[in-house]
Amino acid sequence: MELERIQYDNKIVKAFMIATVIFGIVGMTVGLLIAIQLFYPLFNFDFQYTTFGRIRPLHTNAVIFAFVGNAMFAGVYYSMQRLLKARMFSDALSWTHFWGWQLIILAAAITLPLGITTSKEYSELEWPIDIAITLVWVVFGINMIGTIIKRRENHMYVAIWFYISTFITVAVLHVVNSFELPVSLFKSYSFYAGVQDALVQWWYGHNAVAFFLTTPFLGIMYYFLPKAANRPVYSYRLSVIHFWSLIFIYIWAGPHHLLYSALPDWAQSLGVVFSVMLIAPSWGGMLNGLLTLRGAWDRVREDPVLKFMVVAVTAYGMATLEGPLLSLKNVNAIAHFTDWIIAHVHVGGLGWNGFLIFGMFYWLVPKMWGTKLYSIQLANVHFWSGTLGIILYALPMYIAGVMQSLMWKEFTPEGYLVYQNFLETSTKIMPFYMIRALGGFLYLVGVFLMAYNLVKTAYSGKFMANEEVDVAPLMKTQEAPGGYWHRALEHKPVLFTILAFIAIIIGGAIEMVPSFLIKSNVPTIASVKPYTPLELQGRDIYIREGCVSCHSQMIRPFRSEVQRYDPKDGEYSKAGEYVYDHPFLWGSKRSGPDLHRIGGKYADSWHYRHFYEPGEISNGSIMPAYKWLYEQSIDKSTTPAKISAMRTLGVPYPDGYEEQSIADLEKQAGRIAENLKLEGYEVSGDAEIVALIAYLQRLGRDVKVKEDVATGN
Amino acid sequence: MYKNILQSIDNVAIWPVISFVIFFLFFLLMLWWFFTIDKPYTDMMGRKPLEDSNLDSIDQTSNL
Repeated sequence: MELERIQYDNKIVKAFMIATVIFGIVGMTVGLLIAIQLFYPLFNFDFQYTTFGRIRPLHTNAVIFAFVGNAMFAGVYYSMQRLLKARMFSDALSWTHFWGWQLIILAAAITLPLGITTSKEYSELEWPIDIAITLVWVVFGINMIGTIIKRRENHMYVAIWFYISTFITVAVLHVVNSFELPVSLFKSYSFYAGVQDALVQWWYGHNAVAFFLTTPFLGIMYYFLPKAANRPVYSYRLSVIHFWSLIFIYIWAGPHHLLYSALPDWAQSLGVVFSVMLIAPSWGGMLNGLLTLRGAWDRVREDPVLKFMVVAVTAYGMATLEGPLLSLKNVNAIAHFTDWIIAHVHVGGLGWNGFLIFGMFYWLVPKMWGTKLYSIQLANVHFWSGTLGIILYALPMYIAGVMQSLMWKEFTPEGYLVYQNFLETSTKIMPFYMIRALGGFLYLVGVFLMAYNLVKTAYSGKFMANEEVDVAPLMKTQEAPGGYWHRALEHKPVLFTILAFIAIIIGGAIEMVPSFLIKSNVPTIASVKPYTPLELQGRDIYIREGCVSCHSQMIRPFRSEVQRYDPKDGEYSKAGEYVYDHPFLWGSKRSGPDLHRIGGKYADSWHYRHFYEPGEISNGSIMPAYKWLYEQSIDKSTTPAKISAMRTLGVPYPDGYEEQSIADLEKQAGRIAENLKLEGYEVSGDAEIVALIAYLQRLGRDVKVKEDVATGN
Repeated sequence: MYKNILQSIDNVAIWPVISFVIFFLFFLLMLWWFFTIDKPYTDMMGRKPLEDSNLDSIDQTSNL
């Protein structure tokens, strides 16, 4: 048979690898900074662009989409060409993908500190960037499917399936969750409101973890682990089961992020059941990875590549056991809103993603530069500093999470909360925050060591931009034994793609279709009214400052929560209260107290002083000061456009209210300014702080008006 | 409240049935495949990552 000489494109892999290392360092450094801010608020620098609320999304976006994202593309581009025996479909598309992705990261790095955010977790980027993400993702998809179509390999190895499912599902998730109505170039409102928005967001959020952080890396594991161990995967059969059950089950599990919330019970239960089922495929995959090393464990002692991969696969197993456990309602009641969740995601992020990336890079660089690793010893130091970093990160967070949660729930024999002041429960866990930052620091040091080691390795070798190989052309008649229908499926990548799409869409549809009908069927609370123009502007400032990073707006139906947050009326949060919330602001972590019933709890002057210097009102507070809110003016000119957008989304502002909105805003602001003046605080009604106070004072007030529950429309 | 939501969907009862049927059939298919797949095929597929590059045939042991 005549062999064909082709060239694999290593240059694109190299580019994605360089981007991975750079953005890994940037993203983790920001992570370290926000970890320090939580015990030394001084590190917010009294500067609006570096406050916790604004740069926490910068950290999450940088590590997820820039660090892990670029590494994913490096791994996919390297392995896909070799598994399909074809150069990537188009070099132009490869480079459009690369530069497009880096521009998106740049846009995120600029807009997030500026407070340009949708506030929906891991989907914070505003609409123009959302469109750019969609376009670049499509470029990636065309390049990938194109390569599959022009392949010289009859059978698609399981890693390719994982890549295909990643492409399709992330596309669906991103598009559905990013439905938003633009108000201006940098501001939009979510198409969904309240409960619906929450459901869509966590369907997205959960599956972003599944299909951005997990499936592509499982593909990478199934390719690079056998390569590094130099033996085939333990059970190919198991890997097939792993793939289909994972993509089929994962998509249903999102609602476990919303247990005990105002989400309908049936959706919560659905999320729990499917989350528990996920243990099976996840552990099947983990065992498959670890058992691939059977007979090669002696090499794990010496080879840093295998060391990193073993810990990565183990961390995958730990995180995927912990996830289903956290989704049990009784465990979730304790863990939700606490640092336990932060520990959980970091076992996944630092352990699974991080270590798999490091292992892959230590393997790839010597291969692509045709040399040996510069220093095995240094790689071992990286391994231990990273491992110790993960332990010092996760353990204190587990302790802090459980401790704080139990403190929130502790009652005296007389029936009062032991820790009435939320702050007391925060100050008690500060030592653990410090140890966590140390853990993060150690992990980051390891990444610097790796960067140095890899650069030195590269300099000692010669980079092969185009790796030449001789491959046999694709023979249509080439038959392998057995395989049956599934093998037939592998011959038809487009059909395969469609089937994978159907598998993921079923779960999403069944979960969401009924919830889309909630809006017209939920018992509406007649006293819940749209926000006033000033409150709406205040809400947008709340979104801009990222208050949702630390404050939830979801009082769960627990005695400890209603007593803490609404001791007078004992009202937990109801679905009907959020019908005008575009986007929802339930939050996922309480570094500060819940705010859903904050309205009327304190005087305007309390908020006025508190935002200026939180530490003066609450001794030991870790909240940053928001001094710029006193100098910056509300952009009143945007009010009519915002009212109009909200009406389009279904908020019942009267027709023509736009014209009156600015006058109404000024009137309400004037009243608050007047109020503050009486208490001795001189402030202009135009100051942003006035709008924010108006918003906070509104929260939870509607249900205090005599409740009038009406069913139907 | 949730009852109202569900009751108002046309033919609501068909939804859980459809989802169950799809789910069940899927696993039956999976199971069937799992038991009928033959070893030469899985062995061949499992070896795919190890036969994909000239470089690997030069250095099969390790990069170190």
